[in-house]
Amino acid sequence: MESFDLELPARAPGAAPGTAALYGVVSSGNLEVLVEAGPSPDRCRFHVETSAHGFTDVWQAVLADFAASHRVGGLSFSIHDAGATPAVVSLRLAQAVQSLEAP
Amino acid sequence: MTRAPSYREATARHRVAGLLDAGTFVEWVGPGARATSPHLAALGSPVSFDDGVVVGEGRLAGERVLVIAQEGLFNGGAVGEVHGAKIRGAFERACTQPPRAVVFCIDSGGVRLHEANAGLLAISEIMRALFAAQSAGIPVWALVGGSCGAFGGMGIVARLCDAVVMSEEGRLGLSGPEVIETVKGVEEFDARDRALVWRVTGGKIRRTLGEATHLVEDNLVAFREAVVALLAAGQGPVPFTLETLQASQARLEARTAWDAALRDGQSLWDRLGLADAALMETEQFNRRLQEVS
Repeated sequence: MESFDLELPARAPGAAPGTAALYGVVSSGNLEVLVEAGPSPDRCRFHVETSAHGFTDVWQAVLADFAASHRVGGLSFSIHDAGATPAVVSLRLAQAVQSLEAP
Repeated sequence: MTRAPSYREATARHRVAGLLDAGTFVEWVGPGARATSPHLAALGSPVSFDDGVVVGEGRLAGERVLVIAQEGLFNGGAVGEVHGAKIRGAFERACTQPPRAVVFCIDSGGVRLHEANAGLLAISEIMRALFAAQSAGIPVWALVGGSCGAFGGMGIVARLCDAVVMSEEGRLGLSGPEVIETVKGVEEFDARDRALVWRVTGGKIRRTLGEATHLVEDNLVAFREAVVALLAAGQGPVPFTLETLQASQARLEARTAWDAALRDGQSLWDRLGLADAALMETEQFNRRLQEVS
């Protein structure tokens, strides 16, 4: 397993998760993402644990793109990944944010 | 025409949401608690925030029920130490704060092999806690319609339940198809023969044999309606008495008298006059089965 943390500036504040919200499942080519309140309204945080080694730069590009295009200020994302492709990562993150806005 | 969402394709969380009255579910030891498996972490395997099982309480048709839902997509729904402890805890809660029933969405290949003895112990703890809940007068109803079915220790647990609601897509057994093929050889059982697997372990044959008490369509509404019907019927636990055990024994003895020609669902259905059972819609199958039994 490989893990890393990333903190990015956030464009706009996101919907506050009442309790921790989980989206997705840890299975081959898939991931789960836990969304919780983060410490600062103008930043978002990511913690990633992945079974695919050596793709940190790809992760950072995908997460930066996600943070720039969604309202994620004040949110903290914890990811357990089992080899999801970048497209699946983007999709699950977007679904997680959407599930907060319209539970 | 829009159809109700498939039970088989839904995740454990979606199943819970689809079964219960909207907005009533309260989860215990939810993902935010981060009760993940120390064994998987030690092996460098991916962990899950809920260790592959959702437990909590909610309302179903207004009645308070406990719900346990295994996530078949995470390690085949297999039971590890934390996963098992959450299920055991739910049954223990059922004894101290009795709900109307425990609804158990089983979707599991059995013990999580990564956790070996801890997983085996967890299965026996689940069985003991389940018996305690039943002794306290709380019925336990298994729903089996996920991609992993109910096998190994969880196959036994399913058969301890007071009702077993299956879809045709669901499977129930002790040793899984691959295990049988590995141990007894491909001549005995070809695990790649999907039709054979379902003729032996699928919902229709389990319903025919009486091991499943209900056969429903593969959708969340149908599974919910089956539970609503059990609630409405005032169904309690099956009494654990000498009479029920003797009836069960008699049923099994009658089965041992069957001849060797009865090898799978099809041969049984042929004999019962239900030759086209495999092709029947669920409603028709249920009606015809009732007619011949």
